[in-house]
Formats: sequence, C-alpha cells, structure tokens
Amino acid sequence: MYAFDFERPKTIAEAVKALGREDAQALGGGQTLIPTLKQRLASPSVLVSLNGIKEMIGVRKEGDTLIIGGATPHAVVAKEAGAYPALAALAGAIGDPAVRNRGTIGGSVANDDPAADYPAAVLASGATVVTNARQIAADDFFQGLFTTALEAGEIITEIRFPIPGKANYQKFQQPASRFALTGVFVAKTAGGVRVAVTGASEDGVFRWTDAEQALSSNFAAGAIAGLKVSDDGMIGDLHGTPAYRAHLVKVLTGRAVSAA
Amino acid sequence: MPKDHGIGASSKRREDIRFLTGQGVYTDDLNLHGQAYAVIVRSTVAHGKIKSINTSNAAGMPGVLAVFTGEDFKDVGGNPAGWLINSRDGTPMREPKRPVLAHGKVRHVGDAYAAVVAETHAQAKDAAEQLAADTEIKDLPAIVDMAAAVADASNRVHDEIPDNLCFDWGWIEDNRAKVDEAIRNAPHVTTLELINNRLVPNAMEPRASIGEYFPGTGDYKLTTTSQNPHLTRLLVAAFVMGIPENKLTVVAPDVGGGFGSKIYHYGEEALVLAAAKKLKRPVRWTAERTESFLSDAHGRDHVTKIELACEKDGTFIAFRTETLANVGAYLSNFSTATPTFLHGTLMAGPYKVPNVYVNVKTVFTNTAPVDAYRGAGRPEATFSLERVVDKMCRELNLDPFEVRRKNFITTDMFPYTTPVGLPYDTGNYHATLDKAMEIANVSGFEKRRAASAAKGKLRGMGLSTWIEACGIAPSHLVGVLGSRVGLYDAATVRVNATGNISVMVGAHSHGQGHETVFAQIVADKLGIPESSVEIVHGDTSKIPFGMGSYGSRSLAVCGVAMTKAIDKIVAKGKKIAAHMLEAAEEDISFEDGKFAVAGTDKAKTFGEIAFSAYVPHNYPLETLEPGLEETAFYDPNNFTYPAGAYICEVDVDPDTGKVDILSFVCADDFGNIMNPMIVDGQVHGGVGQGIGQALLENTTYDENGQLLTGSFMDYAMPRAEDVPFYQVDYSCQTPCTHNPLGVKGCGEAGAIGSPPAVVNAVIDALHRGGHTQVKHIDMPVSPSRVWSAIQG
Repeated sequence: MYAFDFERPKTIAEAVKALGREDAQALGGGQTLIPTLKQRLASPSVLVSLNGIKEMIGVRKEGDTLIIGGATPHAVVAKEAGAYPALAALAGAIGDPAVRNRGTIGGSVANDDPAADYPAAVLASGATVVTNARQIAADDFFQGLFTTALEAGEIITEIRFPIPGKANYQKFQQPASRFALTGVFVAKTAGGVRVAVTGASEDGVFRWTDAEQALSSNFAAGAIAGLKVSDDGMIGDLHGTPAYRAHLVKVLTGRAVSAA
Repeated sequence: MPKDHGIGASSKRREDIRFLTGQGVYTDDLNLHGQAYAVIVRSTVAHGKIKSINTSNAAGMPGVLAVFTGEDFKDVGGNPAGWLINSRDGTPMREPKRPVLAHGKVRHVGDAYAAVVAETHAQAKDAAEQLAADTEIKDLPAIVDMAAAVADASNRVHDEIPDNLCFDWGWIEDNRAKVDEAIRNAPHVTTLELINNRLVPNAMEPRASIGEYFPGTGDYKLTTTSQNPHLTRLLVAAFVMGIPENKLTVVAPDVGGGFGSKIYHYGEEALVLAAAKKLKRPVRWTAERTESFLSDAHGRDHVTKIELACEKDGTFIAFRTETLANVGAYLSNFSTATPTFLHGTLMAGPYKVPNVYVNVKTVFTNTAPVDAYRGAGRPEATFSLERVVDKMCRELNLDPFEVRRKNFITTDMFPYTTPVGLPYDTGNYHATLDKAMEIANVSGFEKRRAASAAKGKLRGMGLSTWIEACGIAPSHLVGVLGSRVGLYDAATVRVNATGNISVMVGAHSHGQGHETVFAQIVADKLGIPESSVEIVHGDTSKIPFGMGSYGSRSLAVCGVAMTKAIDKIVAKGKKIAAHMLEAAEEDISFEDGKFAVAGTDKAKTFGEIAFSAYVPHNYPLETLEPGLEETAFYDPNNFTYPAGAYICEVDVDPDTGKVDILSFVCADDFGNIMNPMIVDGQVHGGVGQGIGQALLENTTYDENGQLLTGSFMDYAMPRAEDVPFYQVDYSCQTPCTHNPLGVKGCGEAGAIGSPPAVVNAVIDALHRGGHTQVKHIDMPVSPSRVWSAIQG
C-alpha cells in the first residue's frame, strides 16, 4: 500500500468537495479497493470515506419504492429490506459476514464488477441510481466491465428500487471467490418481466430480453424451455467455459422464476 | 464409561485457550528492539537470465539499510535435498544447487533473486519495487508441462540437466519383467490415466522469520515458522551458512498450521540471519499471502497411468504404474522422497496382490518447488489404486465392496511384506470395511437414491479402502532407501523438586494438540494430574535433538521416546523408594502415583520421591545421582500402518454439475487411541483437505508459467458449507505391534483416504443417472467439469 491522505466527510457536500482534490478516490466499504491498494495496484492521493455520511445510510420505503442509501452495508439491507424480500435475500448472500458488514451497495454498484450481485438486482428491478448531481436509470447506468455512467467525483447517494410483484435472485457461486459465476435476477413488474444476468458476460451485467418476452406472456419456468442462450461473448476462465455459463443462464432463470 | 483423564480421555485442548483468545505468540507477533524489515524481490517471469541488477538506486532510498542479491550468497552452500534417489540404471539423481537468492537465472514466478532491508516495511517495499525496475531479466521459454520438459532437451530449467529429469526410478526394478509378464497374460486389464492435482498448502499463518545476531558472543538466533526447529538448525547452520550448530538457536514459537509446507528450510531464513549479522540488528520478514502462493512448497502434481490386471472375478494379479512427478524448479528437502518411498512403497494398498511395479520420472519445471503436503505420496498412491479398482469393478460389473473383501490381506497373514517392500505388522481391513458399511447403512442406499432422484438429483456412493505408512521412520530402513538423516525422536522428562513435570520434546505442535495429549500420557504413566505436566517444544536451546512433526510421527515416535524416558524415571524412583522404605528394589511396585513395598502398606508418593531426589538428605548418594530427569531417544523399527474404509455419498445436480457431499463415513484403525476428541479433529481436518482436493483446489500455471490461481479469488479452499457432518469411527483397533503405546498415526489419514471416495461417488452417481460414458473426471471435480462430462 502506498501512503495516502484520508478524509471522512459528514455530508454529501463535503464529500463532493473532498473528491475534487487531485487523484482523490471515494471509499465505500473498501471490499475491492483496499485489496487493490494493498497490492499497490492503485495510488490515490486521498481516500474519501463515505461511511460517515449519515444521510447516505439506511433503508426506507416510500409508497411502492424501496430507497437504500448509497453507503448502506449489505448486512443492513439484508436485515431491513424486508419490503423487497428478493433484494434482502441477495444482500444476505453476498460474500461472508465480514464483507456484508463493510461492503456497501453504492460501492458495489459504482465498481460494477462483472460478477457482483447488486448490479443484477438494480438492472432487473429497473431501479434508479441517484447521485449528488442527477438521477440515472439502471438501463443507462451500466456500461460494461467496471464501467458506469458515473462521472469522476460523482457519488451514488441512494438507489430507488420499484418493488416488483414477484422477484427472485439465483446465484451460482464461483467456487473460490464465491462471487457469482453466473447470477440471474428475475423481476415481474407492472411493466413486464425483467431478467438481468451477472457474472456471465464479458460486457458485464445484461438483460436477457428473449426470456423477458417469453416470461411476460407466461411467467413460468417452462416458458423459456425453447430458448437458447448464445455463448458468444460469455466469459471463459478457470471456473467455467462460455458454453457452461450460457447454460447456467437458462438454468438459473428457470429456477428464479419457479422460486419467485 | 469414557475416561475423564489420562490415556484414552477426551481431555480438552489446553492450547486452545490461548489460540482462541488471541493470546498465541506467533513469529510475526514478536517485536524486537531495533528491528529492521526485509522485503524479498521475486521474479515475475517463470524462466529468465538475470542480465543485470542495479542496486544503487534502491540502496540510496530513504531508510534502506542493505540490499542483497544472489551475488552475496554465491559462496555459501545450497539448500540440500534430504534423500538421495538412484535412477533405474543406478545413476544418482541430479541435484542442482538451490541458492539462498537466485544467481544467474530465475526459475519460477516468485523465485527470490534479491532482498532489501530497511527501517520500515513500507520503505523496504518501495526500495524493492525500485530494485525490480532496475533489474534486467532476459525471458527464456517457460518449461511448464512435464511431458514437454522431458521431451525437449534444448530448453532446460538447469543448464546442466539436459532432459529436465531428476531421476527415473523403478520400484522394484528387479520385479519389472515379472510384472510385465503377469499383465500380458492376465484375463482382464483396466487402464486409467489420471492427474493428481497440484495443491497449495495455505497454512493460515504465512511463513515468517526473524534473524538475530549477538556480536558479543557470535551467537545467532532464528525465530521461524517451522515444524522441526532442530532440522532447520542443522540445515541452516551446517549446510547453508557454515556456522557451528552450537552458535545458532532456532525457535519455532506458536505456528499456525504447516501441513508439510513448514518442514523445509527456505532461503528467507538464511537471508534474515545474514542480514542480522551484517547490520547487527534483528531483521524480520513475513510473507504476504501472494508470496505464500508463489513460494511455499506445493503438494502432489503427479500425472499417472495405472494398470490393474485381474481375473474375471476381480482377483488382483498386478498393478503397474507410470508417473511423472513434478518437483518444480528446485529440490525442496523431502521432494525426492515424496514421489518415491512415500508413494511407490504403498502401491500394493491393503491388498494381497502378488505383482506390483512402480515407475516414477521426476521432472524439473519452471514452477514452485513441490514437496510433501499432508499425506505426501500416499494420497497419490491411494487415489491411483482406489480409482482404478473402482473402474475395474464397473468394467466387469462387480460389487466394489466384494472386490475389496476378496483381495484384502487377511488377519492370519501378518506380518505381511508386500511386493513393494513394506512389512505390514498388523491390521484388519475386513473389520474396518464392515464397520464403515454398517455406519453408512449401505443397504439403505437405494431408498436414499430414490429420494434424491425425486428432487432431480443424482445420488452416488463411493468407497475407498486405504492404507498408509507413517510414524516416520525407522532410520535403518530409510537409510537404505536414501535418506540422509535419521528419523528417530527424543524427549527429556524433568521432574521438578515440587513434583510437577516439564517435558521437552523433539516433536513440534503446530495445531496437533501435543501439549494436551503428551501431558495425558505422562500423567497417566506417573499417576499425577495432567495439570502438573507442561510440554515444552519448538526451541533448540531447550529441547533434545528430535526431528519435529510430519509424517504422522509425533505420537508414534516422539510419544514413545517420552514414555521410554518415563520408564527411566520410574526405574530411578524405585531405587529411591527402596532406600527410603528400607526394602529391596525388586520389591517396590509403582502404581497410581505411589511407590509401595509389595505386600505391605509402606509407600511413598511420587511427590515425596521427587522431593527426595532434589533434597537428598535420606538418599543413596553412594550409588545413585540426585535429581530426577531422564532423556530417551527412540528410533522405531518399522513404520506404523493405519488403514481404514471411507464411504462417501454425494448428490450431483445434473443441470449445473454441482456436487454436494451428503455423508462421509470413516472407519479407521489407528491402533490404541490416546485422546478420541483430538483424533476426531485430525480426521475431520484431513478429510476436509481431501474433499478440498477432490472438489475444489487446483493450482494452475499458464503456458508462460504464470500462476493463475495465486489468490483465494481463484484458488478454492474448502469451507464449512462444503463438508458434511463426518461420521468417524476408530473402534476397530489392531494395536501397533512394535511400539509400546500400540499407536499408529492419524494426522494424515483423512487426506490420504478421502479423495478417491469422493470421486468414486461422483462417477457412481453419473453412472446410475445413465451417464455411463463418464469413465473418469480429474480433480478437482468442479461443477463445470462434471457438467462437461455429462455433455459427453
């Protein structure tokens, strides 16, 4: 780890200001960033911790929308997002207890790891990512591996999840990291069914639109029986070939529909 | 009624109080006045020629105290191999020098070629980074694949070894023609090619070393993560550094797991001593986890073809194997013994097979050194045997339980010497198989299978009947086999004046629980409370010259040395008691902590005798020395041969290929049991590691020799959710015939016996599910591999 300054602002405005410093880096729960720093793969001049900003921590419900502060740890979401059970279950199965008590939803979504769980929930739910500057629809937010619509210094202050009628997340764990080797989040919303896949694609989280169409007319696992997922663009690594991941997308989608 | 203390009691592990409350003292916990920090500079390429190292920039950086390169150590000795193995043609193995720091060439990713010592760790890291930038290394083609390594004489890990072959070993070479003939004429031959996957030991505590030098006396002290401080002292002092053994103290304090990886001497230990002498300050080094992955000795890594010849009824006629065994870039201390005498000699298993021949070619590659890892050679032998037997049963449609029964050595045949040379003293393999089948409720399997099928799962059952040779080792035998050390152990029992006891042992506890079990034995033998006994280990300035802990030897070798020292204590106590009680020595009995005159009520307690030995007012000083302290060395005259039967049941999810272990039954024969709870723990841990090997763990180098599984993000360790509630039984006991405790080793059993049980269960599940095209899946049997196998 290289030396850096550390700031822990108490308000969003202070955080935005601190992040204006040269080579500043926002710090959520640090579950990706701290190991990266330890390996000397990054050298920010200042880390700006978002954990001290009270207005960014917590879960609340407004009408049919569940709103989660950007600095809310996974363990808190698991415990307090009962109004959206599939989301609470997803949060409760991220990593291990240490990860869940440090890692935050804003950090995970901003990092956009292609195997992270939260992006699937955000995209399938048609959630809105709220920053200090604007509101971004999920469909516009995720833009590829570790790439999002966020501008430099922009902070995810909260994420607004419309609560779907039915939803479920199925994760098949990579045996070592326990990230999603492939994960599928299915949400049956008023506007139709949305299916988001994480862990599988070289382009990061994506929507499986063929399945969405089939399931929108018939929300049953059998509705996707005739579909096939192409392995084109799927990730191939030590833990699974592209064909295996493509296969898992369909298996997990079916299981999510059955369990929703 | 279970015993509540002494031999056979499940006494609670006294060491756990400090381990579980964070009060253990590990090497990295020690902070010494004036200490400096070493950081090792490691190769990022698998194979390269060091063109130049410019140390001046790094040396001038803030806080930097010293910079070392291979040049600084080119005149000291190499880290030696502990066993000399001869090839089939009688020529000795090739032994390239293993330097403290690489000189001239780097030979694997992680190979240490320089070191920086600085006032702080961060300063040393900065300077190490600079040094790496100022080093020019010319890439050479990486030698990773073993078959390619021996085929291509032009590309060499060591320039002086043309075919990258360390040795080509045949066991037993004289039997080769006879075995070939038997296989040629056999009614059935089953052939299986398999890989025993390379494993990274991953002890919880990474390696760490602190060197100290005391200019006033010229003494050195090395505090280090070792399983055998005396052996490390011998290697560092006599072979590498050239300093007298009596000027070096080696201390291995609390050590957080070893599994073999901390048997060996590593270059960092010599480095911190040399640096401490140069700087006249303590110099410390602690591996980062990445360094552990790259530079700890790995385990296994065999590619094997095994043939089983048999009658049509499954009666074994012959086993023949050809193995390529990876030793990596350098010979680690036991690396040549592991694929040979800890592997080939076990290739008869628990079976009365008349013909066995083993060929092992040991190969240098541009990968980390490979050496003994929990089980060491015996898991490789067991996996090959138990997988090929399982395959044969499928080919001939025979019951795997009956085939084992038919071929087991029977109890009336002991002592029994196998065609691969081991004299098994005792055992009862039918008994452990029967016990395992009873606990596993084999007859109820079909009902359980139907229940799994109703949930869409494929259920399978796998069997492994294993044997191993441990309690390492009879020196006379291993000397003949090429060992360059003796493998006895030693203990000193010091009775203090107030009657409590300090026992200094050569064995080293790095998780095993010696402090508890050894105290139980002493307390039992002397009739005193366990709390009166303290076990001292891990410090060469305190303990006699013992060989440490590995090869499931602590109890069977050091424990026996300890009991022999106790026997001497009792014998001397009788002399003292005879004097005090005015009786003849032969009339004195010792029982329940009392020396008594037979047939009378005259007696002295153990405490009274101890006091008298140190305050000898009424004492036979003319004929007997005062004091009560005895040392014994013990060299076993044979290995011990624990054996057992393991039955594993799995569910396979045919949609994802995921394997869930539903039950795992172990029926083991460890001879007499000293502490059942600790035996449970040893078996649980061993089976956990075996399940890790079978389902999860893999060490993958790419074609350039880069380690792809260099962190826990890609190297899959078993976790609690991956293992079932084990059912462990050791009621079938055939006590070892050649040690007075009647004990066999239990530390490695689980890791030896379990992998084939798991893989056999997966293959069984797939066959019962109709996927009969699947003959074998290499470990780890990961979801993607199982799914691919199902696809055909």
